[in-house]
Amino acid sequence: MSAREKSWKEIAPAGVCSRTSTTFLTGDWKTYMPVRDLEKCTRCLLCVLFCPDGAIHWKQEKSDIEFDYNFCKGCGICANECPTKAITMKVE
Amino acid sequence: MEMAKQEWKFTTKDIAEKPDLFLSGHRACAGCVPTTVLRLIMKALRGPTIVTQATGCMEVVSSIYPYTSWAVPWLHTAFETAAANASGIEAALKALKRKGRLKHEHVDVIAIAGDGGTYDIGFQALSGAVERGHDFLFVLYDNEAYMNTGIQRSGGTPKGAATTTSPAGTAIPGKLEYKKPIADIMVAHEIPYVATASPYYWRDLLEKVRKGLEVEGPAFLHVLAPCPRGWRSDQAKSIEYSRLAVETCVFPLWEAVNGQYQLSVASKLIALAPQKKRPVTDYLQGQGRFRHLFSPQNKHLLEDFQRITDERWRRLLAKCGVSAKP
Ligand SMILES: Cc1ncc(C[n+]2csc(CCOP(=O)(O)OP(=O)(O)O)c2C)c(N)n1
Ligand code: SF4
Ligand code: SF4
Ligand code: SF4
Ligand SMILES: [Mg+2]
Repeated sequence: MSAREKSWKEIAPAGVCSRTSTTFLTGDWKTYMPVRDLEKCTRCLLCVLFCPDGAIHWKQEKSDIEFDYNFCKGCGICANECPTKAITMKVE
Repeated sequence: MEMAKQEWKFTTKDIAEKPDLFLSGHRACAGCVPTTVLRLIMKALRGPTIVTQATGCMEVVSSIYPYTSWAVPWLHTAFETAAANASGIEAALKALKRKGRLKHEHVDVIAIAGDGGTYDIGFQALSGAVERGHDFLFVLYDNEAYMNTGIQRSGGTPKGAATTTSPAGTAIPGKLEYKKPIADIMVAHEIPYVATASPYYWRDLLEKVRKGLEVEGPAFLHVLAPCPRGWRSDQAKSIEYSRLAVETCVFPLWEAVNGQYQLSVASKLIALAPQKKRPVTDYLQGQGRFRHLFSPQNKHLLEDFQRITDERWRRLLAKCGVSAKP
């Protein structure tokens, strides 16, 4: 049916994205994965802030961070920015 | 109406604990710092907020049907309309409030656009919206080209950068024109708040977002947002480039409150100790879009990049009332 046959009151007001992107896993894009040296990590949380994919979480109950490999795309920003060089990028 | 000022608590832990409102699962390239910028910005909100976006990478990667990466009410209409949308949203909120149909005391409005959607096609909408005095924050994430359609040059692309419409070759050595000083142009609109920010200096960025929301009337925030795809740079170094741009004074950090310029901490430290100012080559090298500037026949272009950077830095210092040291 062409849009001309409908008045503006009848056509859909907009496209509505209804599913959150957290159900779309991007983790399989990666070639390298970040691996953390627990001894070197000071839990400064900078990697949590800088990760473009929100793939590093601060877990209050463990007082530690956790990588979410379901979303990590392996960019290496966390490794590059870590002040203590606690993260190395390893081939997955 | 302005909301009661909320305490700022922008420590790493506070921010890490705050749930993301810009969600994982977006389709941006690996190492895309514009997405880091959005994640951070959304951690500085003070209450109910509506976001509207211009077409561009950040809109596309966060709204691929039927998925959305936004955990707040969000609207997209077209490429040139971020500020027009924000005007309409703000006017609608005012009307609802007047009719007693708004259940919140106040709702903040944020418009987000890329450099194409700000410097170029979205500019008249932006200029008009701030002239009319709408109360909203406009965030420009500047990745310095039209990335979503394949790296075309914009008014925000720096001189010398290779893009697909300003390719470096035998005819031209990359873009021929200088980067338009968009933030100064927004100051000239005599709006209450204009600032520049860089994600490496994340606390400064968050504070500026919060100030932009708190101020009554239009606020404009210009954020440098490295794009490894378009800059042809190492994706791991995207945040590093956002630091080097500040350390070389290619992208100084400042704010103008009611037209009064002042340097932000990172740039103020350089103004006070000029030996800390790094040569522009520290920022340019490693970025594929500037690779040709390092060949001997383009030495003059590299020198010109340093010259315009120094000249703009001197002008900024003068506006901030800081006397330029050699
Ligand atoms: C009126 C109109 N012209 C052109 C386009 C095609 N288009 C979509 S996104 C885009 C580039 C956006 O560039 P920018 O604003 O810098 O954002 P980026 O993609 O770089 O993040 C263009 C040209 C469009 N959607 N609408
Ligand atoms: S940046 Fe490094 S030291 Fe800081 S929390 Fe992350 S891994 Fe640990
Ligand atoms: S490699 Fe990139 S995407 Fe993965 S956790 Fe580190 S910063 Fe995030
Ligand atoms: S092209 Fe650039 S801005 Fe666009 S998603 Fe990729 S890295 Fe991000
Ligand atoms: Mg762009």
